[in-house]
Amino acid sequence: MDLKYLFRPTSMAVIGVSTTQDSHPANVIYTKNHLRYPVKTYAVNPKGGLLNREPLYPQLGNIDGSVDMAVIAVRAQFVPGVVEDCIKNGVKGAVIISGGFAESGNHDLQRRVTDIAREANFPFVGPNCLGIYAPDVVDTFFLPGERIVRPERGNVGFVSQSGGVLVDQMVKFAGQGIGISLGVSIGNKAVLREIDMIDWFENDLETRVIAFYIEGFEQREGREFICRAQRCSKPIVVLKAGKSPKGMAAVSSHTASLAGDYRVFSEIMKQYCVAEADNEYELTSFCEALSCYPKGIRGNVGIVSLSGGHGVVAADACAVQGVNIPGISSQTVGNIRENLTREIRDIASLTNPLDLTGSCVDSDIETSVRHLARDENIDCILALLLPYSPGISADIGAKLSQVARNEGKPMIAYVPNEDKYKIIIEGFELNNIPVASSVEGAVLMAKALKRCRPC
Amino acid sequence: MLKTRLSKTQLSQLDKGIIENSKNRGWILEPDAKQIMANQGFDIPRFVLTDSIEVATGFLKHSPGPVVAKAVSEKILHKTEFDAVVTGIYDKKILEQEMIRLKTLKGCEQILVEEMVCGLEIIIGAKNDFQFGPVVVLGLGGTSVEIYNDTAIRMAPVTPGDVASMVNSLKAKKLFKGYRKKPGVNMERLTDLVVNFSSLTMDLEENFQSIDLNPVICTKDRCVIADARIMLRKGS
Repeated sequence: MDLKYLFRPTSMAVIGVSTTQDSHPANVIYTKNHLRYPVKTYAVNPKGGLLNREPLYPQLGNIDGSVDMAVIAVRAQFVPGVVEDCIKNGVKGAVIISGGFAESGNHDLQRRVTDIAREANFPFVGPNCLGIYAPDVVDTFFLPGERIVRPERGNVGFVSQSGGVLVDQMVKFAGQGIGISLGVSIGNKAVLREIDMIDWFENDLETRVIAFYIEGFEQREGREFICRAQRCSKPIVVLKAGKSPKGMAAVSSHTASLAGDYRVFSEIMKQYCVAEADNEYELTSFCEALSCYPKGIRGNVGIVSLSGGHGVVAADACAVQGVNIPGISSQTVGNIRENLTREIRDIASLTNPLDLTGSCVDSDIETSVRHLARDENIDCILALLLPYSPGISADIGAKLSQVARNEGKPMIAYVPNEDKYKIIIEGFELNNIPVASSVEGAVLMAKALKRCRPC
Repeated sequence: MLKTRLSKTQLSQLDKGIIENSKNRGWILEPDAKQIMANQGFDIPRFVLTDSIEVATGFLKHSPGPVVAKAVSEKILHKTEFDAVVTGIYDKKILEQEMIRLKTLKGCEQILVEEMVCGLEIIIGAKNDFQFGPVVVLGLGGTSVEIYNDTAIRMAPVTPGDVASMVNSLKAKKLFKGYRKKPGVNMERLTDLVVNFSSLTMDLEENFQSIDLNPVICTKDRCVIADARIMLRKGS
């Protein structure tokens, strides 16, 4: 199955557009793509005629030129016929928005559609889904454009069993300046499933991190997911829902009761270095960190701060998240001390976490990061930047990024997410250094790298 | 050097026969389950399976240390609850008394009399998980495992590196490595056992629902499977 036409279509038919109801899902999808995306979009309705002065095609066959992909938003019972029609007319994939399949007990109907598609090697997303959002390419979400927050085009591929979670996560990604390459709501995942998406993203040059919201796998599908994840060269992040144990009355074996479904899931993800996020905030942090640093770390961080309090807060968060703060060598301390400006040389505290005090200037921070990175006890640096200090310039983001890149060790920055500090944040982010908007967020990013360490 | 077997484990005709004969019951009796483990080359205690007091006392006489006596019954899945296990028997008289008592337990026809091994009690288990297939569990064992639930889970088959990481993830890891002058566990033996057990679970995938080797008694020399129970998959 070639998914290129489905996820990067140049032409699209929206089947089931209403002649009377502007807010019908198919109409929303047609209108937004027709007006705002480069994909050539055709509206299909058996009645034919015009819709907002544009032609309404009675049949797929009436459309001149090829159609890469179809969005199907007709009533469930008509879907098998529409899929057959798509196949007959050379359409190369579909998004089936319609509900009324396995999720409402209509397993036979879903099986019929699936059989038709599989026999023709015809890929489709859904049914019962929002479909796909590929920035600057196509958007099949039946949510009016003005109601949703869309992340920029970027390098995170996100796949969700729930459309609602996908939309909500897009808001969080956008808020943190994380861009996505493709977002897919796979719904009932009758044909395209998580494992197929790993293969797509592995070969997609835009994608650097693959994230999943997973409710559950089919029989033995988890094993297949792990096999693909193991072969995949890109980091994978998962957020699992449905963690609470089902009642296990009358368990007959110790092992069965010790190894509940969620524990099995979670431990296997760890075994194979798939980074499991505990919640949506972690998912966001993990994606940002891993899109900059696809390789894992052992989890020994060196922390540079301008305030003792922030160092303590970071140390506490590290303890909770299982990130180590090792001691640094006396040589490192010596090298830093020697290169600090005279104003702070005697007042800076140079045990990890380092407190450079509010009197430090840019070069002191650069010095500290440079020598921490050279310490073999440290494999990641957290730079907690408080832009309130007068000695910190607007260039600190760009300058410090250069130091970290030269030293070749991952660095994570914390900068308060305020408009007036945007120049510092961009100084980091445009140089591929992840920035967290809280101290804890920065620690979560370090945790992400640790979760992904090579086994 | 780890003596880990690289080739796939094979179920013998004998093992298949045991599974076939246990299907109606839904689980495999302790002596049979241990036989399957012994056929894989795993260490089980020296034993006699008998209903004769003479045979049992004869076994005790030739044992260098104490013995354990357990009722073998199709009706008893959880032996502790039925008081069907007696440990630390040194004395011929006590063994005789306990044999008589055990034989009165529901469905008990034979008694398993075994050498008693002392050491760290651990659990090695397996579950045939719906989403992932066979997974193995390693943790602190005994009758109170569910209270502490100090266990690690990995997808089978596991590597020697997985076994090391499992032990390291336990709260009880110090007990494995030796604590307050007590010797630790022979990690080479333990690693061999868990690795090979995990490949056995792959061979048994069609048949089993869960397996408890609990306790496995680990010393600085041996890892001995002191009890084993295999729950069969329904409809397998």
